[in-house]
Amino acid sequence: MDGRSFILGMSALSAGICTLSGLGSGLGQGIAAGKAAEAVGRQPEARNSILSTMLVGAAVAETCSVYGLVIALILLMANPLV
Amino acid sequence: MDFSIKNHRVLFHLWDTPVYLTDTLIATWIIMGALILLAVVVRVRLRRFQEVPRGFQNIIETMVESMDNFTKTIMGPGFDEFGPYFFGVFLFILLANYSGLFGLRQPTADLAVTGALAMMSFVLIHFRGIRMQKRGYIKEYFSPHPVFFPINLVGEISKPVSLAFRLFGNILGGVIIMGLIYGMLPLALRIVLPDLLHAYFDVFAGSLQAFIFTILSMTFIAQKSTTE
Repeated sequence: MDGRSFILGMSALSAGICTLSGLGSGLGQGIAAGKAAEAVGRQPEARNSILSTMLVGAAVAETCSVYGLVIALILLMANPLV
Repeated sequence: MDFSIKNHRVLFHLWDTPVYLTDTLIATWIIMGALILLAVVVRVRLRRFQEVPRGFQNIIETMVESMDNFTKTIMGPGFDEFGPYFFGVFLFILLANYSGLFGLRQPTADLAVTGALAMMSFVLIHFRGIRMQKRGYIKEYFSPHPVFFPINLVGEISKPVSLAFRLFGNILGGVIIMGLIYGMLPLALRIVLPDLLHAYFDVFAGSLQAFIFTILSMTFIAQKSTTE
């Protein structure tokens, strides 16, 4: 086995591992959505502001998984190691 | 499976570096053309606007007014001039995300476009901050203690980076999934099945990301220019 194919195989493997970063953001977004549902249940008249606050929070929580996606794409398509 | 940005031909050379006519450039020009056309139509119709709005005038007035009110609720009073700017940015990102529905390659799935949009926000954040806070702007970097200076600096730099990568990553993820689905399906099934995915990735995620980009830029600008 030459070095190049070893690096390529390991890059593909690590790109798969990078997508695990979605785990944390999925958990965080789920908690945010659950809390928002609780808040709407308690205060139905504040539904619109709760919804927009939750969407912004969920988008910020999503950033880390997007970083994982970008790293996975760099490893697959523009690999700096090869 | 093609989700790469294609270079069609060399436009001109900039100090021996070729500048290509890319998919992104074509889609951006089409969107810019549509927005300029809308602006010209509104400007021509503006002469015939009446006191009591009806039809076309009603739609335009509702859009502009709701964006101004939105800016006021997010940024607070004293930021009225940002309403039109963010209206433009929002419409551009929205149309750019929707352009996947018309067979164009989304310009926002190119890091150059989202990076440029984030740099516009970055410049606005800091120029506005220096103008409003004067000396407090420098002081903010050394609060609560001078030891925190590197952390504050990194925090400032990470703002535009995260703005750019959030928009880019979300839209590019949609483009890649759609490309994989279109590559997987046989030709006969390509008409109906991907519609639902287009509705999610292009319409829902696209409008959500346009909304998030504007709301976060607004919050950053308002945060930096309030004096304590």
